[in-house]
Amino acid sequence: MKKFTKVFSVELKLFFRDFTSTFFTLVMPVILLLIFGSIYGNKPSEVFGGLGSIDVSVPAYFSIIIVVAGIMNLPITVVSYREKKILKRFRSTPLSPSVILFAQFLLNIIIGFFGAAVLVILAKLMYGLRFQGNIFNVALAFLLGCASIYSLGFFLASILKTVRSISAVSFILYFPMIFLSGATMPREFLPKGVYRISQILPLTHVVNLLRGIWSGGNWGMFQKEIIILFGIMIVSVVISIRIFRWE
Amino acid sequence: MLHQVSKGGMVEKKVIEVENLVKKYDGVTAVDNASFEVYEGEIFGMVGPNGAGKTTTIECVEGLREKDSGTIRVFSQDISKANQSLKIKIGIQLQESSLPDKIKVREAMEMFSSLYPQTIDWKNLLVKLNLEDKVNSYFRDLSGGQKQRLFIAIALINNPELIFLDELSTGLDPQARHTMWDLIKDIRNEGKTIFMTTHYMEEAELLCDRVAIIERGKIVALDTPQNLIKSLGQEKRLIFSLESEFSVEKLRKIEGITEVEKIGDRIIIHGREDEFIYRVMSILIKERIKFREIKIEQLNLEDVFLALTGKKIRE
Repeated sequence: MKKFTKVFSVELKLFFRDFTSTFFTLVMPVILLLIFGSIYGNKPSEVFGGLGSIDVSVPAYFSIIIVVAGIMNLPITVVSYREKKILKRFRSTPLSPSVILFAQFLLNIIIGFFGAAVLVILAKLMYGLRFQGNIFNVALAFLLGCASIYSLGFFLASILKTVRSISAVSFILYFPMIFLSGATMPREFLPKGVYRISQILPLTHVVNLLRGIWSGGNWGMFQKEIIILFGIMIVSVVISIRIFRWE
Repeated sequence: MLHQVSKGGMVEKKVIEVENLVKKYDGVTAVDNASFEVYEGEIFGMVGPNGAGKTTTIECVEGLREKDSGTIRVFSQDISKANQSLKIKIGIQLQESSLPDKIKVREAMEMFSSLYPQTIDWKNLLVKLNLEDKVNSYFRDLSGGQKQRLFIAIALINNPELIFLDELSTGLDPQARHTMWDLIKDIRNEGKTIFMTTHYMEEAELLCDRVAIIERGKIVALDTPQNLIKSLGQEKRLIFSLESEFSVEKLRKIEGITEVEKIGDRIIIHGREDEFIYRVMSILIKERIKFREIKIEQLNLEDVFLALTGKKIRE
């Protein structure tokens, strides 16, 4: 435990020393909240079934945090640790390098929850955010989103060997995911064709689930999303375990 | 229980035992039937050109690579069945490794310290390695030599009984290299065992108690550096330039001389044992022959490698 605490605290410091990961994970969702909040405010609207724009955006912004952590932070760190032979360095000590991976996983979940909490508090103070759900269910849905998308990120880290390639793939996946999944703007505004295509993005299902649970929906209404997210997680983990290499 | 052998009346503990080690990559044999032992308290060196199989061998012994066949025992424990207790007793410096760019030296030392049940004071270690004023520096801001010394410090942090050093002095300037050699000797003098690889013959000759010469995955010779050099016949070369006329024919008859070469005014005399040098000098002095730029060349491990493989190591 002492080992894990030490490794975890160092990894946490390293996270905050890295501008890109701190900015995209924690700062950018706040900037989006402030921009869209100042444009649209949070007046109840027909389009959102009587909710305001911020009420539906905040749970969607949660999924931005999840996708940045899962598709960028996590796999890029893991691949760079492998490429720089840092994982190999740990293999020569009594610590299993899987502890490093677990520390990265946990760290990104904790930072994700922290980022989500910051968004909720700001939105509440500035725009009177409405919340009709159950906090425990929202946390659980958030956790499922993390588990699913992070597993996908881990799968990417298993198939891609260089920081250069993983960075390129991460960015290519990142942009359609945040713009088409409903994470930055509600999918209601998308043209019909794009709306349908956006179904294939894993993040779309995270956004649907979080928005639904946030506005008081029950688990039964989101069976499809839950099955898809669990499916992504299981397939990613099974393949990753088979093909992941420490060096 | 350690296996013990009697060697020249002394009882020596075997720390590493390797028998018939074979390792292939995609059908290409990287290590071909290597067998050797490393005794407690010695510096054992594996020398050979790049790509000879040194790193593969050392990493198999460290347990970082799977062997294809053969047996490896470290502290009498089969490496393929070894558990974490073995890792506590060894320290490893990898040929190529790194740390996160923005980890501070202090954080790295604290983190690696936390991984072992018993450690030595890392601050003293940094002083010994001349890194004490870098404790708050980021890893990426260290020079190549400083990074290398930090990895040595990490390898020593658990006060290991057995230390693996893979290409220790690559990337170090000559002065840093000599400092490093002194440090390694100090570690050996504390009773620790060192298994190292190098492609610097000079380093192996100065540092190692015993040397295995490896070429294309095969160990072609294994002995003390002195014995390996002696095996070439203890030849020495006396070299000087003549300033006055002198017929070198007289020298050919001197006992112990095997060959005399004359290139312009440069004379190269090959011979065995040291006596031929005195005999040549006394003739030159007796006949009042003037000479300059005199030097004596001894054979070294480089010549051993050349004799064994027909190649120069740097090629």
